[in-house]
Amino acid sequence: MSVTYDVTRSSQAARIAAGLGAVILLLLIAAPWWAGRAELRLIGEICLFLSLASLWNLMAGYAGLVSVGQQAYVGFGGYMLFALTIFGGLHPLAAIALAGVLGALVSVPVAALIFRLRGAYFAIGTWVMAEVFRLSFAQVSALGGGSGTSLPTDIVRSLAEGRAAREALAYWLALAASVLVVASVYLFLRSRRGLALTAIRDNELAAASLGIDIWRTKFVVYVVTSALTAMVGALIFLQKLRISPDAAFSVNDWTAFVIFIVVIGGIGTIEGPIIGTLLFFALRETLADLGTTYLLVLGSVAIVVMLKAPKGVWGLIRSRFDLELFPLGFRVRRTDQKGA
Amino acid sequence: MDWLNAIVQGTLLGGLYALFAAGLSLIFGVMRLVNIAHGDLIVLAAYLGLSTSIALGMHPLLVLVAVVPAMAGMGYVLQRGVLNRTLGDDILPPLLVTFGLSVIVQNALLEIYTADPRKMDAGGLETASVDLGGLTLGVLPVLTFAVAVGVIAGLQWVFYRTALGRAFRAVSDNQDIAQIMGLNKAHVFGLAMALSLAVVAVAGIFLGIRTSFDPSIGGGRLIFGFEAVIIGGLGNLWGTLAGGVILGVAQTVGAAIDPGWQLLAGHLVFLLILAIRPNGLFPRMDG
Repeated sequence: MSVTYDVTRSSQAARIAAGLGAVILLLLIAAPWWAGRAELRLIGEICLFLSLASLWNLMAGYAGLVSVGQQAYVGFGGYMLFALTIFGGLHPLAAIALAGVLGALVSVPVAALIFRLRGAYFAIGTWVMAEVFRLSFAQVSALGGGSGTSLPTDIVRSLAEGRAAREALAYWLALAASVLVVASVYLFLRSRRGLALTAIRDNELAAASLGIDIWRTKFVVYVVTSALTAMVGALIFLQKLRISPDAAFSVNDWTAFVIFIVVIGGIGTIEGPIIGTLLFFALRETLADLGTTYLLVLGSVAIVVMLKAPKGVWGLIRSRFDLELFPLGFRVRRTDQKGA
Repeated sequence: MDWLNAIVQGTLLGGLYALFAAGLSLIFGVMRLVNIAHGDLIVLAAYLGLSTSIALGMHPLLVLVAVVPAMAGMGYVLQRGVLNRTLGDDILPPLLVTFGLSVIVQNALLEIYTADPRKMDAGGLETASVDLGGLTLGVLPVLTFAVAVGVIAGLQWVFYRTALGRAFRAVSDNQDIAQIMGLNKAHVFGLAMALSLAVVAVAGIFLGIRTSFDPSIGGGRLIFGFEAVIIGGLGNLWGTLAGGVILGVAQTVGAAIDPGWQLLAGHLVFLLILAIRPNGLFPRMDG
């Protein structure tokens, strides 16, 4: 009797989830043909929040960079879309891509400054940065100053002919963004650099002693996250068609909600933000009429989750059923072969 | 004369910022906790003062007698009931729990008091002023600055001259050994948060007499306090006062150049100091 071991990354559950995910994705791609205008808008919004949540999760859950200032890049991306199309004469799609590049560029000096702050002070430092962005853009009178501006109709028309086609395009862009973000996070975490990042998450000291350059790894994550967040920001304001400093750099909309989504879903997992986003929107659609009470409920739920189940809803499911839908870890299985 | 005036007014404004910051500095020193809800608790104290002063028909400054103990008690309960459970090696739980708390306080205030700006009526104190050789000093800003100096001197005295301060310094240096020496760290942390929120109560009342306030301004007050702490250097209370003054002067001088630049100038000076002196001007401990 010989004992052999079988090392696999994938599992039955992951394969089923991948198949199911593909079916759902196809259904979502076809949504403009089966969903109404309101539903299309809602699904698009869900996709954009899922992107923001996955990105924040990569930073906070894996790189330990807890930012409460991601609205800086959401707003920056939004403003870049407006500035590049209005003054640069760029096509909106080119502007969105360029907003990502500019987001990466601007995040480099920002990171150089705020990486001097550690832990919780880093968090508030990111908030100060977002305030600097907000106040700076409020000074730009060409973009409407403090009261903001709308995207001119000819630029909106240049996107596609007819309202339905435009809305479908905006929706597909949002869907593509969420697929791109989740896929990039997944592939990044499977890569060599992702392994380094996971090591840092588990124990920074041990990771450093294995030769991982912690500062550089975190820096790369920060810059990539900023670039993608700026692109998502551009998409958000392509849907809204109107921008103002207070809306673009809102800490509640682009950071508080995102943090709640990740914490409730399960921080430090790829599945967490997905589940969190769905729960968040389910809660929002049922409690939205209550106004501020809804935010009270959300804040309380997040605190209770953090205290009682710090790994979130997905953490509970995973520890109960040993599931991993996005296979990152390896499993060792013992296979006994009789005879021979 | 305009510049001198801007600098003097900014210095006095710095007193208010030092009041925002002192409580933040205190709890970071004792338990490395950064309370994201700090600014919202300042606003909560202002509203408590407003309601008490209206209900009892008292002068807002007299209301301190009630609001300070109320906030201190709330701080102790908050720390023992919730925040102590979040303390540990991981920085995420305290950060996210205080962030959730901030959203709860803000929206609860919004629910009760609506979004309308409110202000406390201090019977002419806000507008009273004295002439000092061409400079006009508001009585309230001078009083605020004096109270800030008093509060910081008081905290300094508690820290270095009392048994409570010894307990604070002991748990700050090493929690486990302090525990072995017979200190109950849960209780000591509770007292530190109580003291922090007592200062928050003073800050909230002076804020509410000085300007109008609404439930949404907490985040901004947290940022001012945080900037004062970092500029002054972690763990140094007098440094925090200096940080508040630098921030206040930067804002008033910025506003003198262009009114739209007031807040931006403060943030830029903060970032400048972060760039050239990452540990602040007078650091006493590591972040």
